[in-house]
Amino acid sequence: MQAKRTTFPNKFLPYWLLVPQLAVTLIFFIWPAVQALKSSFEREDPFGFKTTFVWFENYRRLLVDPMYVGSLGRTAVFAFSVTALSMSLSLILAVAVNRVLRSNRAYTTLLVWPYAVAPVVVGILWWFMFNPTIGIAPYLLRGMGIAWNHRVDGNQAMIFVVMAASWKQISYNFLFFVAGLQSVPQSQIEAAAIDGAGPFKRFWTIVFPLLAPTTFFLLIVNINYAMFDTFGIIDATTQGGPAQATNILVYKVYTDGFLGLNIGSSSAQSVILMIIVIALTAIQFRYVERRIQY
Amino acid sequence: MIENRPFLAFLTHLVLIVGVVIVVFPVYLAFVASTHGSGDFMRGLVPLLPGPHLIENYSFMLNEGISSAGAPPLWIMLLNSLVMAISIAVGKIIISILSAYAIVFFRFPFRMVAFWIIFITLMLPVEVRIIPTFKVVADLGMLNSYPGLIIPLIASATATFLFRQFFLTVPDELMEAARVDGAGAMKFFRDILLPLSRTNIAALFVILFIYGWVQYLWPLLVTTDSRYYTIVMGIKRLAATADSEPQWNFVMAAVMLAMLPPVLVVIFMQRLFVKGLVETEK
Repeated sequence: MQAKRTTFPNKFLPYWLLVPQLAVTLIFFIWPAVQALKSSFEREDPFGFKTTFVWFENYRRLLVDPMYVGSLGRTAVFAFSVTALSMSLSLILAVAVNRVLRSNRAYTTLLVWPYAVAPVVVGILWWFMFNPTIGIAPYLLRGMGIAWNHRVDGNQAMIFVVMAASWKQISYNFLFFVAGLQSVPQSQIEAAAIDGAGPFKRFWTIVFPLLAPTTFFLLIVNINYAMFDTFGIIDATTQGGPAQATNILVYKVYTDGFLGLNIGSSSAQSVILMIIVIALTAIQFRYVERRIQY
Repeated sequence: MIENRPFLAFLTHLVLIVGVVIVVFPVYLAFVASTHGSGDFMRGLVPLLPGPHLIENYSFMLNEGISSAGAPPLWIMLLNSLVMAISIAVGKIIISILSAYAIVFFRFPFRMVAFWIIFITLMLPVEVRIIPTFKVVADLGMLNSYPGLIIPLIASATATFLFRQFFLTVPDELMEAARVDGAGAMKFFRDILLPLSRTNIAALFVILFIYGWVQYLWPLLVTTDSRYYTIVMGIKRLAATADSEPQWNFVMAAVMLAMLPPVLVVIFMQRLFVKGLVETEK
């Protein structure tokens, strides 16, 4: 790993500089993670007197538990839908802002602030809008002949949380797409225009392929977001219901472990989530290494 | 613009206006709700135009709060959030800049080990290690306290990487010149490196302030005493009671107040915000 050509000769100073960061990391990150790993191989009796080492029993039970497998599937559907919906909306908006000359700062300001809204607040905003008794959206949908009640209908609940979660992520994707679009060389677009390519053809054959690094980066970040940062949205809107329809993995870890107090199973779920994060981070970093060539 | 196509220009603005409406509408609805009296929600549909009770609702929530929901007056929660967000941002910046300095400007045994330990934090978000982390904090007696809210969240790999990247671009000659002039390691850090990092620190502060402000799960776990509630988690408790008693106006006033500080930060510090966001994610 890189360091400066010349360095300071102090022997102990660097350790002192690292102490605060490493102490916090070891106490609040590494140690708990090791504990989770350890208790994922154990089973506690109901009174908490005795713990027995059970090897992969917790994992085995999880993977044959239809509730868990169902949650895994729903998380995949949720993450995929949020990523697709949010990224496509953001791309359209970013391309549009990139075409506007004078008012683009105003539009950008109006589009980026949701980044600062807490996920749970996003949940409450959408919950208010879609409240079956007084919300505006169910009222309008009723006018169109759709009976909306996400408290009963699992599919509607899923659509509902996907919309709320995508709404929050639009600003983030938008900013990165705008940054990506600005680095597309203008000369290539002009050359294509001279050769007679219209705006849509230019977008699909030049701009979109050159955006691939940004798109790929956002893909990973969005999957990560949908899987881990949407806890607040789920908690404020559906709380995993109705009948588990929106119980994504992160929410299930919390309900099983903190409310249901099933430590062994919850730890095994934590470890599975960690493996997913590690995989996503690894993909992201490998890709960042390659991106340098662009 | 390459060619003049009036229809496409029209379409562009149409798309943007629709986009802005989608983004703004949920918040507009909340704002409108926060300006009405409690009785206005009985008719079964939310009003769409602002009402006359704006100041009344907001001052009621700020000073008194809804006691039946077990939530303290909002100003206490706003203050807690402010303390938490600022402490997290400052804490993260301090410990990250120090560790990045150690990693870049010194050669010492276990340098790589330290780097990897910091890197690993990226892969362990709070959500995946809820119970054991809670247990550690409980064993240390940090439940219901500011340190309990703040310290477990201040380790930061992304901030460390950002400073590391930046330090690597600082010319070696600066450091050599400082050493020739007799400056020690800490003097160089204080008088040369810190002033050079000013913009980076400011950009990072904006991002980390927002990060600290929007925390939800962690305050939810470690605070049971309403004196330590942060606004973002306190709101959830308010909302939970809103369905039984129609106090939508008060709940939405609280929602607006919870959103306002970080949103204002983004709007007024947009340049720093964009810089911070794009650079920390690299």
